[in-house]
Amino acid sequence: MGIIHFFTACFKELLKGGAAYWIWVTSLMLLVIQGVVTYAGQLQEGLIKTGMSDQVSWGIYVANFTFLVGMAAAAVMLVIPAYIFHNKDAKRVVILAEGLAVAASLMCMLFVTVDMGRPDRLWHLMPIVGHINFPYSLLTWDVLVLNGYLILNLLIPMYLLYNKYMGKEGNYKLVLTGAVLSMFWAISIHTVTAFLFSSNTARPFWSSALHAPKFLASAFAAGPAFIILSFKVIDMSGAFKIGKKTINLLAIIVTVALQINLLMTGAEFFAEFYSEGAHSASARYLFFGLNGADKLVPWIYSAIAMSLIALVLLMIRQTREHPITLSIACVLVVIGVWIEKGMGFVIPGFIPTPIGEIFEYTPNMHEVQVSLGIWGIGLLVFTALVKAAIPIQNGVLTHSK
Amino acid sequence: MNKDTTLKEKKAGVSRRKALKAFGLGATVAAGAAVASATPGKPSKVDISFDDQMGNYFQDHYKKMTKEEIKEALARLERRYKATYDVDIKVDNMPAQPGVLFGYALNISKCKGYRECVKACTETNNQSRDPEIQFIRVLEMDKGSMNMEEANHYFSDDETVPKPDKWYLPIQCHQCENPPCVKACPVEATWKEPDGITVIDYNWCIGCRMCMNACPYWARRFNWKAPSLPKEDINPVTHYLANRPREKGVVEKCFFCLQKTRKGEMPACQEACPTGARVFGNLLDPNSEIRYVLEHKNIFRLKEDLQTEPKFWYYSD
Ligand code: SF4
Repeated sequence: MGIIHFFTACFKELLKGGAAYWIWVTSLMLLVIQGVVTYAGQLQEGLIKTGMSDQVSWGIYVANFTFLVGMAAAAVMLVIPAYIFHNKDAKRVVILAEGLAVAASLMCMLFVTVDMGRPDRLWHLMPIVGHINFPYSLLTWDVLVLNGYLILNLLIPMYLLYNKYMGKEGNYKLVLTGAVLSMFWAISIHTVTAFLFSSNTARPFWSSALHAPKFLASAFAAGPAFIILSFKVIDMSGAFKIGKKTINLLAIIVTVALQINLLMTGAEFFAEFYSEGAHSASARYLFFGLNGADKLVPWIYSAIAMSLIALVLLMIRQTREHPITLSIACVLVVIGVWIEKGMGFVIPGFIPTPIGEIFEYTPNMHEVQVSLGIWGIGLLVFTALVKAAIPIQNGVLTHSK
Repeated sequence: MNKDTTLKEKKAGVSRRKALKAFGLGATVAAGAAVASATPGKPSKVDISFDDQMGNYFQDHYKKMTKEEIKEALARLERRYKATYDVDIKVDNMPAQPGVLFGYALNISKCKGYRECVKACTETNNQSRDPEIQFIRVLEMDKGSMNMEEANHYFSDDETVPKPDKWYLPIQCHQCENPPCVKACPVEATWKEPDGITVIDYNWCIGCRMCMNACPYWARRFNWKAPSLPKEDINPVTHYLANRPREKGVVEKCFFCLQKTRKGEMPACQEACPTGARVFGNLLDPNSEIRYVLEHKNIFRLKEDLQTEPKFWYYSD
């Protein structure tokens, strides 16, 4: 019975809110609706609506997917200190971070689905009824770990919140086990996604062992940066006071991860260009353009510039602790990493093709609209989770009331 | 159809259907099926019975179907093609013949870049005409160089080939013995047949394009939209795993014309080549021409270092 009360109370909570809240929710819904309408066109006519081709067969959908796997994994950055080292500051906000993990993994799945040529055959990927090529195909691994991660990150905070709501003490050991599990799981979703690319021996740009660790580093920069930004919004709305200490902790995580990420980018740059060979063609295309084709060059340099500016802002103590400069740095990190891992990583792997054709890709309006729709869904889910979780967390919303 | 996949898989097939019902998917997917199954032509005009749509939607993986289920599936396809194209298309499922392993060798000193193979391939294999899907890509390169990034992929048709300072390299599916595309496919919609040809079950492919990323020879093509295939261009003699008309959102590629070669004929590209640059045959037959070429000519394979063991060789006189 308690569980039903719990869910109705949460749902009622979603209907309360000021003007700003409703403007936010309505605009997200509009975003979702235009996305759904656009996607309906794709269902009807096929992926021809996108800018993809036989040459560049993955585009901005998979780019978003790759980026969001990182966001999902980043929730773990708060789980570690919160549950294991009993860091009080981190503990207060970890539920919000897990909300981010849920929203991000959901978006990952949606991006994979809209990228499929035959979404009506999704059931072929299900165990028992379908026929999955496990363990050989890396995509089956990705589907499994992502689903597992989503469930895990739904269950842990739900268990905690439910207990809080009922005024009970949860089973600490159970939560700890779940937390440790989700930590490893976060690393696995990311590693598996990196392997999805690096397993393609035919595409030297992707088949570097450095990608798995680099994915982790960039995720641990962009994820916490996004969390800081959402904390700022929550903080401004007055719903929840998030301590300076927590934000500081996160800012330091972002700084270190960003440094490691840039170091690895540098190492890659050296390996590709010191003794440039056929394997470097994609990297040359990305950084300098190839035979006159250079559509990605502005993308990658803006990404690098954003990361560098953010790094400077984050490394100086005054700017790191100042709310405005910190916010700017976080925005730069999120966008910079999005470009680097999406457009800067997925696309150049296809150019040139394995038989040397140079055929470029730019996302078209259709893809942008569908992607925005999915982001709308993700942000709505995140908003709803946070909205319901905060009053429970604060002890405002309980069973007795 | 593999023998070892009969009984066990038969059971799996039954439980699959049960499970689908249990999941309550029957009703929800029905709506999707109605849209999806009508894709080959213009959905509004095609009249396909509800039973066929359901049968098509719930059709199992090719290797998991029983003999009867395959028969039903073939009949269903023939009815669908009739409704879509108004042509009587025969869909065959002749299995690989014992003692056969197909291989191909191409004489680069004879190839003059006429691209007759490309045309014949499309005419025989029912590829979409708009957008035009071609299985063979001929590269034009400077003599003395093999830098594919410098190659011309789009030398024009009315130009007089061969140009004096160029040489030509046709590339199609190399039918690897160790195919990376098969490994990459999440649903085993693509696999290597006993006669060495990698095929695709167009009814099982989910269109994720993992296989396209994995292919070192850029041999795979995707149906970005419903293929458009004019009635008069259709080759009505087809095979389930090969040249039957395809549908929207699935991958396809060269299958060594298995609808012909399994019957002892030559693939269309071999027949069409005016210079006799193409040698096709059974690698297990010591007296075959292909074996002679492999044993007596200077041969090489593209990207051998990737260890995919392609069964497609190039040679020169
Ligand atoms: S596109 Fe089709 S054949 Fe290729 S990997 Fe995906 S499901 Fe398999």
